[in-house]
Amino acid sequence: MTYIAKPKFHHPGLKKNELGYTHRDYEGKISTLCAGCGHDSITASIIEACYELSIEPHRVAKISGIGCSSKTPDYFLGNSHGFNSVHGRMPSVLTGANLANRDLIYLGVSGDGDSASIGFGQFAHSIRRAVNMTYIVENNGVYGLTKGQFSATADRGSKSKKGVTNTDNAIDLVAIALQLGATFVARSFSGDKTQLVPLIAAAIRHKGASFIDVISPCIAFNNHAGSTKSFDYVREHNDAVNRLDVLVGRDPISVDYAPGTVQVVEQHDGSRLALRKLDADYDPHDRLGAMTFLQKHAAKGQIVTGLLYVDPEAEDLHTHLDTVETPLNTLDEQALCPGSAVLDKINASLR
Amino acid sequence: MKPTDISAPDYFHKVVDCQWACPAHTPVPEYIRLIAEGRYSDAYMINWKSNVFPGILGRTCDRPCEPACRRGRVEDNPVAICRLKRVAADFKDDIKHRLPKPGPKNGKRVALVGGGPASLAVARDLAPLGYHCTVFDGDPKAGGMMRSQIPKFRLPDSVIDEETDYILDLGVEFKGGQRIDSLKQLLSENYDAIFVGSGAPRGRELDIPGRKEAAANIHIGIEWLANVSFGHVEKIGRRVIVLGGGNTAMDCCRTARRLGGESVKVVVRSGFEEMKASPWEKEDALHEDIPILNYMVPVAFKHVAGKLIGVIFQKVKAEYDAKGRRNLVPSGEPDETIPCDDVLVAVGQENAFPWIEADCGIEFDKWHMPKVDTKTFVSTNPKVFFGGDAAFGPKNIIWAVAHGHDAALSIHKMLSGEDINERALPEVHVSSQKMGIHEWSYDNDISTDKRFKVPHRDKVIALKDIRAEVELGYDLKLALGEAERCLNCDVQTVFAAPLCIECDACVDICPMDCISFTENGEEDDLRQRLKAPSPHHDQALYVSGDLKTGRVMVKDEDVCLHCGLCAERCPTGAWDMQKYLIDMVQAGSTCQSKARSAA
Repeated sequence: MTYIAKPKFHHPGLKKNELGYTHRDYEGKISTLCAGCGHDSITASIIEACYELSIEPHRVAKISGIGCSSKTPDYFLGNSHGFNSVHGRMPSVLTGANLANRDLIYLGVSGDGDSASIGFGQFAHSIRRAVNMTYIVENNGVYGLTKGQFSATADRGSKSKKGVTNTDNAIDLVAIALQLGATFVARSFSGDKTQLVPLIAAAIRHKGASFIDVISPCIAFNNHAGSTKSFDYVREHNDAVNRLDVLVGRDPISVDYAPGTVQVVEQHDGSRLALRKLDADYDPHDRLGAMTFLQKHAAKGQIVTGLLYVDPEAEDLHTHLDTVETPLNTLDEQALCPGSAVLDKINASLR
Repeated sequence: MKPTDISAPDYFHKVVDCQWACPAHTPVPEYIRLIAEGRYSDAYMINWKSNVFPGILGRTCDRPCEPACRRGRVEDNPVAICRLKRVAADFKDDIKHRLPKPGPKNGKRVALVGGGPASLAVARDLAPLGYHCTVFDGDPKAGGMMRSQIPKFRLPDSVIDEETDYILDLGVEFKGGQRIDSLKQLLSENYDAIFVGSGAPRGRELDIPGRKEAAANIHIGIEWLANVSFGHVEKIGRRVIVLGGGNTAMDCCRTARRLGGESVKVVVRSGFEEMKASPWEKEDALHEDIPILNYMVPVAFKHVAGKLIGVIFQKVKAEYDAKGRRNLVPSGEPDETIPCDDVLVAVGQENAFPWIEADCGIEFDKWHMPKVDTKTFVSTNPKVFFGGDAAFGPKNIIWAVAHGHDAALSIHKMLSGEDINERALPEVHVSSQKMGIHEWSYDNDISTDKRFKVPHRDKVIALKDIRAEVELGYDLKLALGEAERCLNCDVQTVFAAPLCIECDACVDICPMDCISFTENGEEDDLRQRLKAPSPHHDQALYVSGDLKTGRVMVKDEDVCLHCGLCAERCPTGAWDMQKYLIDMVQAGSTCQSKARSAA
């Protein structure tokens, strides 16, 4: 961490978005994480994505659990709603908040410990319920706050900083999310913002459960030779299947790609995803294919990144439950408690 | 682009915009930090070494440093560098014991023509080395135009006396009241070197109808100011017109206000914005209820029976030709007569060398200016050097000082049997400022305060007494606040590519978006691909060697706050904050012929 606050001055030529904000306006407090932490780059990417989408900060709820990753919502969107919940319980709190007010944008920020160990069940259920959210796991494969034990996402055979080899099998959160029916699944790397920022932007615009696994090297405990989550290892083994541009409104799709290599996916809200294929055979609409592709590459030690699966026709929990369009928290007492006559009627219908 | 060579002394020097812009290359951030620490004497001595007249310049400098100040590109106003210099002078202790002592005489004699800033700077540099310096001036006391032309309400005599005495006390011989009328005569006195620092002493005439007839009430600005300064003139008419838009005009109008001018007007040919006067001097004039009328060209003096009654002006407007050059053309409006009792003509200054005979070996150019080498300041006579306004026409005090340093170095080299064209590179010191994980030896917390105003004496009182200094100077509280605004641009961001792991921490934390990691390219192309716009191409790009991913680090030096957050957030120490000090070579510097490079 640093002792001084980040100076308020900003570059005089910074561009402003549609709301008149610069990207500096989407910042939060100064990070207290270790110098060089990958999580800070994810923070910067969230800031950039929200700035580019011209999101009104007060329309965002950022919810987290416990851990280095879960501290980060303090470092972005200083004017948004925030809830730092119990360890592993971010998904339940987010689900509850989402049910109460469907109008907000929900950002769930979690880590590998928070989501793959103590909150594994919570993670699974929020995905399978299709909560409309962007669920970001800042995945460094290590328990940084307790000085570097392997987490559940550490690869078998990878080495700790002290030289101990991990003998447990790793949980691949992307594979689980695909299996549980997430309708937007991506993996990225904190050291590659050009890939990560559009993925976050697209996930925010996606209606349904969006899941992004971001590999985020822990400089203090997991950036050594033998680690599979170090800057060097990820850069050497990164197999990006595609590059993404998010197009909001009627902006023409840029045409500086070779013909036939760009696939346009239109989402429910009218936003379009321009996918530039890097792997000609990869189809991001094929859930089963994606799962197989992941497993095959994982076996070769490759880290597959990019937009791995998207269902543009996705539905969310509110659709499934057929809730009213008006957020529940704004309904008046009459609507919420229509009285005993209505209750009697419902009871009668169930007899 | 090639990796930036930060060992070239100029690279980091340019990043310290103020120091680079200062003709004498005063280490500005260094002395401002000392002021913030309360070490006023130390701050004064740093100034004294570089610019010789901190107390005088702290009141009168033309401040080329301030438009260059990085702070002015970050927010509305630059740091008040000039007035902080005055703080050092105002609050220092007795520093006499810290001044150099007259050296043992080396038997060489140097004559200095004119007792102004250029000559005094030369004497300051040469006297401690043992040269016998003799300064000649037509006025009884040293100071030249600093004493004769700058009004006392801007620069009190006590300040001039103090700082000229520091120099004369080095064993410099001052011959006041002895105007040099013949260079030939001076040459025959067998001095080892002669320095001409006689200024630009002639005020330009305004030859329009009525000039001769109304001469009694038409005065040449700088002559009139000198007469006021020496007490020969104590009054002026009730209605005064000042012609001209430079700093002399501002001094004239403000002086006139104090000598009985109740209605004083400045009238300029150009637009208000294009006037030559410094913005703050215009402000001071306006504050003293002196209107500045623009786009009016004087065409005739109106007079009755040898008495001036007014000035006739033609109204003009600015027109720009295809090349963007401005022409003043008649606007077609009727001429305007402004009634007045006296006119002060301040339309420029000229050099005049009637005392330099044709056979002295001094060649002149077609503008009647001596041919002077811009680096060594030697004339076509190898024993005669020029500096200050006498060398290249009217500039200001700080330029005269800078010329003086360079000319003194030439004289010292010549008289030591060295080639005066061989100039040593300045000595450069670079040292890490890291004290702990998040601790630096400088205050890196950026103040967001706006520029503090210098307190002024109450106008009613100030206008009554021509010797009452208008500016009161910062008190210590204001001085500290203003000093804190300095961005410490001399504490440089130094990048070590082999240590970088490309984690982006510096990019994410940089408040000014200065840092980018990208593919290398030509400069114009690179500037298009940076994280933030890069409009100032005179500001350098700091480019690293190739990194592991094949990219390079590019830092746009333009608006860097030197807050050190990049270095604090860097996990590997690839960024470090290192203080850069450059010692300009002066006569008597220790390593004169040895070129030094950065650490």
